[in-house]
Amino acid sequence: MADSNTPKPSSSVKLVLLGEAAVGKSSLVLRFVNNDFQENKEPTIGAAFLTQKCNLPTRTIKFEIWDTAGQERFASLAPMYYRNAQAALVVYDLTKPTSLIKAKHWVAELQRQASPGIVIALVGNKLDLTSDGAGSGGDADGAGAEDSGDARKVTTEEAKTYAEEEGLLFFETSAKTGYNVTEVFTAIANAIPETSLKTARGPGASHTAGRTEEQRVNLNGPRDPNAKEGCAC
Amino acid sequence: MARQAEAETNDDGASKVTSPSPSPPPPPLPPRRKPSGEGPAQVAPAQAKPTTAVSSIDISTLSFPDGSRGTFSTNAAQAVSAPAASGYVTPVGDLADSMSIMSFAPTLRPHGDLASLVAGGLNRKSRAWNMLRSQSETVQPFESIELGALGDLAGFEREFDEIPDNTADDIRLAIWKSKMKHYMILSSAGKPIYSRHGDLSLVNSYMGIIQTIISFYEGANNPLLGFTAGNARFVIAIEGPLYFVAISRLGESDAQLRSQLEALYMQILSTLTLPTLKNIFAHRPSTDLRKPLEGTESLLSSLADSFTKGSPSTLLGALECLRLRKSQRLAINNIFLKSRSEKLLYGLIVAGGKLVSVIRPRKHSLHPSDLQLIFNMLFESGSIKSGGGESWVPLCLPAFNNRGYLYMYVSFFDGRTDAAFVGEAAQQSPESSHDSTSENNSERASNNVEDEEEIAIILISPDKESFYDLKEMRDKLAAQLTKSGHLSLIRSAAREGRPKIQTVAPGAQISHFLYKSRANVQFCMSSVEPASAAQTAAAAPEPSGPEKLLTHRRLMTLYHELHASMHAKYAHLKVLHAVSEDAASLAWITPIFEFYCVAGPNVSRAAMAQGANRIIQWAKREEERLFIIGGGVF
Ligand SMILES: Nc1nc2c(ncn2[C@@H]2O[C@H](COP(=O)(O)OP(=O)(O)OP(=O)(O)O)[C@@H](O)[C@H]2O)c(=O)[nH]1
Ligand SMILES: [Mg+2]
Repeated sequence: MADSNTPKPSSSVKLVLLGEAAVGKSSLVLRFVNNDFQENKEPTIGAAFLTQKCNLPTRTIKFEIWDTAGQERFASLAPMYYRNAQAALVVYDLTKPTSLIKAKHWVAELQRQASPGIVIALVGNKLDLTSDGAGSGGDADGAGAEDSGDARKVTTEEAKTYAEEEGLLFFETSAKTGYNVTEVFTAIANAIPETSLKTARGPGASHTAGRTEEQRVNLNGPRDPNAKEGCAC
Repeated sequence: MARQAEAETNDDGASKVTSPSPSPPPPPLPPRRKPSGEGPAQVAPAQAKPTTAVSSIDISTLSFPDGSRGTFSTNAAQAVSAPAASGYVTPVGDLADSMSIMSFAPTLRPHGDLASLVAGGLNRKSRAWNMLRSQSETVQPFESIELGALGDLAGFEREFDEIPDNTADDIRLAIWKSKMKHYMILSSAGKPIYSRHGDLSLVNSYMGIIQTIISFYEGANNPLLGFTAGNARFVIAIEGPLYFVAISRLGESDAQLRSQLEALYMQILSTLTLPTLKNIFAHRPSTDLRKPLEGTESLLSSLADSFTKGSPSTLLGALECLRLRKSQRLAINNIFLKSRSEKLLYGLIVAGGKLVSVIRPRKHSLHPSDLQLIFNMLFESGSIKSGGGESWVPLCLPAFNNRGYLYMYVSFFDGRTDAAFVGEAAQQSPESSHDSTSENNSERASNNVEDEEEIAIILISPDKESFYDLKEMRDKLAAQLTKSGHLSLIRSAAREGRPKIQTVAPGAQISHFLYKSRANVQFCMSSVEPASAAQTAAAAPEPSGPEKLLTHRRLMTLYHELHASMHAKYAHLKVLHAVSEDAASLAWITPIFEFYCVAGPNVSRAAMAQGANRIIQWAKREEERLFIIGGGVF
């Protein structure tokens, strides 16, 4: 078990997921935390709080994840969750163009209102519904890909260009197949500046300190063998 | 044979039906309804005079040997509840005896008639009785009904199936029409808001018709409350700008259907709050409410389905608690109180949908209708359970305050995601899957192992920033409960399930009961045993899902009929005994309790009365274990 290793420096990172309803935020978290997927997941009400460890070569990051509800009526509560967050995952559904517009709104709001150093990742989810599927990560294949069961409506190019302009991490994922999911979280963990780890702990983070760190490790199933990176959770 | 002898010697047993020794009513406690309660769970108050003694005199005052049924309001619902299987005549049906068994031929079972069952001649041995006697008394309720000959409930096992999207409209409409229960919500301007079955495009035109009918009566200042069409009863409730419609072929009374509609309205208020709802329609009467209600649909549907399956909690307007020793409950309350956060308004521990412990401020109690909404959200719908981890949910508890939101912290112990329970998890069976779709079809009242073991801590605060405070409280509480061993106590009590009749009253010929403590607004019930296994203890195979669903619904239909008769407007009933072709049932209301039970069709009235008496004495004895009396107050 991973936790039996000699302890590495460990720190908590508060992470928030934002995005339109039904883009797959909860599914991404479920995949990351329990390596599981549910075909008909019910909408989140309010927000869910979960934790998951991510082992990097030099340190351990304990994510404190806020999975928020995408429905409009909960939008006013969002500041409570992204305040003090060191990382944000802004999710859209790459089969639904409006969800990218919504994602851009979230990015703008985070840049205006959240902590200045926040690490933001833009994530296009449901890659399994496109013809490039969970394959090589998909090059932009233009707008003509409507046929042959390809439901992609947002090209990789478009989202990637936007992400670069705004200085965001960018991934296309499938919570269903697990493709690229761990990678998103590992990339975020790596992108958090060492300095911010020393100081920036959310006001509530200390409250959870009493819980044993290894709880998650024992209780989760084996990792998806496809997961390449080092999140030993 | 022994059983029969026992029954004989107790032939006048009804006169021995005395209430448990009178005692001062327990102190008023949470959670309780407002006396004037407008809660969805409201039921007509029992018409009993304030006495705790039910003597034979009480019973004889209820006799209507001349069949004076006119006294009773003939409830419109009776047309619906009359079973379709006409032409059936019981063997005793044509005995011209003043015993009213005659009136129980299944073709005649309106609520008023049930009353005459308690008819006089308690000591008389009628030919009818003798005939009944000669039959086996061990026949279980509903045993005579074979699957495939479902009568009223034909097709009920498909009641909760989705209407497929990809078939022709006429087929979809036919499926839609085959549903036994519909709930619809529309705005007074005629905009559809919610329908349990069929997407709104399918039912749009029906909504239009309903709106036209309701508006017509509204315009005439004579609001339409309900009507019957064919074998379906329509009940309408108007709440401000919203119309609620229930359509039922399951035979509930208007009052019962109305309280179900009330619960749906409470769910809408819980999402929006009353001022918001009013505002929306004040500004634009033609607003489409579906957008602001987004995500509430699944909560409305799980509420609706629990009514359709039959919810004792809703029927009785009461809560069910986990049975625990008094000292254990007290210890849990104290641990709970000790870990209390300043930010806390209400704290609840719930196991398998049953209340374990409550703490609350002295000046506030919890209302069953609010708890019903919370329990529905947590245990019936998948939205929170399937999220994993901890949840932070804004919601309005309308009976507490319909003008603002509270914030609810929820954490499930499932032995998997919590360090405090790693030790316990080792002894757990493999974890249940969080498959929310199969949960939709699972039966609420069943002793489902997965459901029984779900333990949740619910902490409610008016402060939306208090998540971390409440989380800290929960961690403290969880650690303490684990350390003191109370958590495993709760878990094993939950696993034990509901009390079995044979433990409560060994040898009693009763198959199932509901007991409501009126002062505590709480109830308890026995576990539902597979019909054939009950008394013979024969190890019958577990009934399959649909069969369980049907058994439960039949039982609940019977209870709804009994309840409706007891609470009918002009029925001053205290005791009611009814026999139908497939079951005998008994209801008994005093100022202390409401009691309902069911037995096989051939069990004598005396035997039932005797069994009932023993169960009630047990409930009296066990009162402080079965019910939360007071809870932790701060
Ligand atoms: N094919 C496919 N479906 C997915 C994927 N991720 C999520 N879904 C499905 O999309 C639906 C919505 O997923 P959720 O995870 O509940 O979406 P959400 O963003 O959390 O939604 P809200 O909680 O309402 O904000 C569910 O039916 C999921 O099964 C994916 O990668 N591929
Ligand atoms: Mg979600």
